[in-house]
Amino acid sequence: MMNLTGTIGGGGRQGWIAAVVGLAGTTVIWIFASYALFVVTWNIAAGVLDNPVLLPSAGLTLDAAAQLISSGILLSDVLASLKRVVLGFAMAASIAIPLAMLMAFFSTLRRLTMPIVQLLRPIPPIAWIPLAVLWFGIGDPPSYFITAIAAFFPIFLNAFEGGISVEKRHIHAAQFLGAGRRAMIMKIIVPSSMPYIWTGVIVGLGQSWMAVVTAELIAAQSGLGYMIQNSRINLETANVLVGMITIGLLGSLMVAGLRYLERYVLPWKATQ
Amino acid sequence: MTDLSTPTLATPLFPAANADRAAPATGHIRVEQLRVVFGRGANATLAVDDASIEVKPGEFVSIIGPSGCGKSTLLNVVAGFVAPTAGSSTVDGKPTDKPGADRGMVFQQYSLFPWLTVRKNVEFGLRQQGLPLSRREQMARTLLGLAGLLAFENHYPDQLSGGMRQRVGIVRALATSPQVLLMDEPFGALDAQTRQVMQQILTNMWQRFKLSVLFITHDIDESIYLSDRVYVMTARPGRIKAEIPIDLPRPRTPEIAFTPEFLALKQQLRALISAESLLAMGGELKDGGLEGFELSVGEKGVGDLL
Ligand SMILES: Nc1ncnc2c1ncn2[C@@H]1O[C@H](COP(=O)(O)OP(=O)(O)OP(=O)(O)O)[C@@H](O)[C@H]1O
Ligand SMILES: [Mg+2]
Repeated sequence: MMNLTGTIGGGGRQGWIAAVVGLAGTTVIWIFASYALFVVTWNIAAGVLDNPVLLPSAGLTLDAAAQLISSGILLSDVLASLKRVVLGFAMAASIAIPLAMLMAFFSTLRRLTMPIVQLLRPIPPIAWIPLAVLWFGIGDPPSYFITAIAAFFPIFLNAFEGGISVEKRHIHAAQFLGAGRRAMIMKIIVPSSMPYIWTGVIVGLGQSWMAVVTAELIAAQSGLGYMIQNSRINLETANVLVGMITIGLLGSLMVAGLRYLERYVLPWKATQ
Repeated sequence: MTDLSTPTLATPLFPAANADRAAPATGHIRVEQLRVVFGRGANATLAVDDASIEVKPGEFVSIIGPSGCGKSTLLNVVAGFVAPTAGSSTVDGKPTDKPGADRGMVFQQYSLFPWLTVRKNVEFGLRQQGLPLSRREQMARTLLGLAGLLAFENHYPDQLSGGMRQRVGIVRALATSPQVLLMDEPFGALDAQTRQVMQQILTNMWQRFKLSVLFITHDIDESIYLSDRVYVMTARPGRIKAEIPIDLPRPRTPEIAFTPEFLALKQQLRALISAESLLAMGGELKDGGLEGFELSVGEKGVGDLL
């Protein structure tokens, strides 16, 4: 059937590929083709530059990766960064979501605190690093603070948006069904905001992951950011590249994981 | 279509479901000399003026009137969303100053919670009453069965048709055993066929649960078919223009729409409303326009719907 579609539709090539390997297979093939293009371009550039300090080839980088993996260095740095992201992100979410829900529900609280939020929001996480170091010293704590700051605003603002866009008819219906304040927040406002909250969580996790690297470049003794910084100082460019690629891979894996979880968090959206 | 008959329960789950019961003593809606003004000063709108209505326990009463005449406003006062400017509204002597589980409400717009399955929607009110899970499930499933929706208990509202959603809405409102059911044009968004089925289901539910129903509609046929009494409202500011008893025998079938008694009532209501509709439209249409409202009845072909 795919073959037929391909022939009639004139999209010949994709048609027969799909016919042989199926649609999922086609997607995989395209991803590999894309990566191959990247590696080939990279190697050509490395060949032209001919200087492994400026740009090591893909092969050299792979060797460096193998070494970093077998020595366990890469894993320990990954774990250090992941821990900071997960903890900072969890702190941010556990403050941002309840706060947003309360602010959506209580207008006095909203009027009183929203201007502060608007003032703090445009400050990039990196601008908090000096304060974080002053307050928490060097090591894990300032990184938690930075990853939390980075995740806080996307989560909070999305959740708040969800909280205030709860539909009046749902509030009215719940009142008629005997819902008190607590039930109104927990059973109506929170679930009704969940699609927004989830968007905030995905964006927030991405932001948190980016921020951890920034924090580690400056204020840490471990983690992927620290490894990159350290390798740069030692002119081990291949290790820098390994660190960067690891960050990219893990970041997109985390987001893909959350997107996969969506069907369990928002089951009513999954069925449409 | 779905099973429209009223299945008998092995054990009566709901106190009100006992059909042998005498007319219930509760669920008495009284609205007296109600006046509602929205806004202040130059922007003030007199929406309802000196309106008095009553729904006796177990009675089915409709309000019909031209668009914008204040029907929803009146219902919202009984619901507790709108405070009277003057006059009073009580259910069983208690002022209706806020919404509550003693009254059930079915809205014109679907108001099911999209994040809950059909059964969880129905269970919502029972949960607020603190019923244990097994009991909630049992009651919800029984009610869904009565409305022919048991097969859809685990669906989400977005997976249902409009008619099904509104049926779930009715079932959800009934689950907490309110004495009073308030309905604001609940079938307005449905096609004629679905509407007929819904009217049948509503009648069944009403008789089974011995509710007092206050029902708002634009549709004359609907008001006659369903009601014991119909109030006709004037154009804004809404006053009660007429109170028409509907003494048609029950149970009623859609074929009743062809009986002379039904047609006479229809003519009567039509005349009352068309005059008000013209008023509501600011007299753009003069007397000639009236002829349009007096077209022969029965053009809908109602009988073959069920
Ligand atoms: N919250 C409000 N604030 C100001 N004016 C209002 C409000 N609610 C209703 N009105 C006005 O009161 C009048 C009556 O409105 P209402 O909704 O009760 O009419 P209705 O009979 O239900 O109309 P329809 O048949 O179109 O639903 C209208 O003129 C409307 O604009
Ligand atoms: Mg209305």
